[in-house]
Amino acid sequence: MEETVVKDSAVRKPKKNKKITWAVLKEQRQLIYMSVPLMAYIILFAYVPIWGWTMAFQDYKPARDFSEQKWVGFKHFEFLFKDDSFLQVFRNTLAMSVINIILGFTTAIILALLLNEIRKVFWKRTVQTISYLPHFLSWIIVTGIVATSLASDGIINDILMKLHLIKEPIQWLSEGKYFWGIVGASHVWKEVGWNTIIYLAAMASIDPALYEAADMDGASRYRKMFHVTLPGIKPTIIILLIMQVGHILEAGFEVQYLLGNGLVVDWSQTIDIFVLKYGLAQGNYSLATAAGIFKTVVSVTLLLIANGVAKRLGEERLL
Amino acid sequence: MNNQTISPGPATAAAATKPVRKKSVESILFNTFNTLFMIGLVVVTLYPFLNTIVVSLNAGNDTIRGGIYLWPREFTWQNYKAVFASGTIYDAFWISVARTVLSTLLNLGLTTMLAYTLSRREYVFRKPITLIFILTMYFNAGLIPGYFLMKDLNLINSFWVYVIPSMISAFNMIVIRTYIGTIPESLVESARIDGAGDFKIFIRIIFPLCKPVLATIALFVAVGAWNSWFDAFIYTSSRQELSTLQYELMKLLSSSMNANSNPAVAAGAGMTKDSAVNMVTPISIRAAVTVVASVPILLVYPFLQKYFVVGLNVGSVKE
Repeated sequence: MEETVVKDSAVRKPKKNKKITWAVLKEQRQLIYMSVPLMAYIILFAYVPIWGWTMAFQDYKPARDFSEQKWVGFKHFEFLFKDDSFLQVFRNTLAMSVINIILGFTTAIILALLLNEIRKVFWKRTVQTISYLPHFLSWIIVTGIVATSLASDGIINDILMKLHLIKEPIQWLSEGKYFWGIVGASHVWKEVGWNTIIYLAAMASIDPALYEAADMDGASRYRKMFHVTLPGIKPTIIILLIMQVGHILEAGFEVQYLLGNGLVVDWSQTIDIFVLKYGLAQGNYSLATAAGIFKTVVSVTLLLIANGVAKRLGEERLL
Repeated sequence: MNNQTISPGPATAAAATKPVRKKSVESILFNTFNTLFMIGLVVVTLYPFLNTIVVSLNAGNDTIRGGIYLWPREFTWQNYKAVFASGTIYDAFWISVARTVLSTLLNLGLTTMLAYTLSRREYVFRKPITLIFILTMYFNAGLIPGYFLMKDLNLINSFWVYVIPSMISAFNMIVIRTYIGTIPESLVESARIDGAGDFKIFIRIIFPLCKPVLATIALFVAVGAWNSWFDAFIYTSSRQELSTLQYELMKLLSSSMNANSNPAVAAGAGMTKDSAVNMVTPISIRAAVTVVASVPILLVYPFLQKYFVVGLNVGSVKE
């Protein structure tokens, strides 16, 4: 946080370590008026609800006062870890997350490498602009498009039939074994173009002298891609990968909820859907909150570990 | 080393005739492959969307026969007329517009104001308030505690639940604050010498200078607000007049996914029975609503491209 500060603060250093006195508070009252209400706002909306975590340790009944709630310790957590349906949603969440990360990273990196090789500026910009389009569509629209394309009379089955790869239309969305792949592919379709932005920026900052030197040595385009461009964006890839670790339980909610159906529940439901189902739909607030806490605690722990690893590797820290 | 100062033309030609010739054959192959790949990408990205537009312009009873790809067979505006004649969708459209405009304005104003105060190094509460906001990026209390908070604040079944809980994002705040850090300090100092307080400096100097980064943030916030449906789903679903366009689209999608061409669904979208029988089907209505729900954003984002590319990269330069 301080790195950017230190560079140009030599002149203003005396101001930096002010003690909190009435005089200072008065002098800075406008800054206080402008920021403290907003701090109160974020505390109310982001921190106060944490109080609700107490529900996970109670048999919460909405009608009762806080003092009348029955405390049950870790009962709901124990139930979760013995519950087959929770273990199943946990598996689904992890699996889809890992698939999304692997597919998402490789496709975005490959696309960025190829975009970077386009020499005609207009064509490059056109492809980029078009590739960003799906990012701006909502998941509602994207899942609608996916469902239409995968329908028995949809374009995918159409093409496969015409190529005689299949004899009859595949019921893509009715079979659990396809579900994870469909979710992964939907993510790629929606985000691959958008995810190239950061890699292309990293590629733009690679020293051109490296390419000139490679030219001198007679390196081919492939060699330059693999030995100059790819190593040039390696730090970016590592940082982004590490950042993803904290989101490993965020496999998404919308796409699974919108594409899932009764036939594929065993593969489609994630922790978020579990929370929604038990919490808001069935009124089992305590169990749902426990599942939510589990997710948050795992995510924060992983993030802290990732942060430590990043520090070890000498990369920029994330926190 | 010294070669770099000589004009590159003759030097490279003389030094590396062989590699250049080899490279050109390889380059042609590579460029051909790359161009084909990009054309494929453009087709895969655009086709589903273009197909949706075409379906929305084709008579519904004709679409069912199949074979509609990139050109309508029986052109009609009937689907759009039905969509806008339907009170439900018309109202939802304006609710979506209202929440998007309000969210964007509030986000821009408040987030920039906060970012300004947290960019002032002399501000005594700068560090604690910054920390309070940054931590919100890494955890959240979860669905159930959040729901109870909205309930306690009387935001359930209120329009304000779309706006108030998401007025400030820590990520956007950091992006804006990083940008403010690039504005010369002398501008602020000379204004202060002229007797301007912090609020005046923010309104008169900082806010207008932030236009490029605000264009990015406005796009992000507007897209998020316009595309969100989950809040309508869990907080306001019992009040039809507060439904948003995306939520209406979700209802259309899930009902037509479960029961293809169910006339009751079409009637639910507010059409007359006649049109439902003749030309307008759930599929064609869905296509028309999809186009209405996505076109506003798709018209805007290409023009903001140069801004959000910069904005994203500022955001990735971490704290």
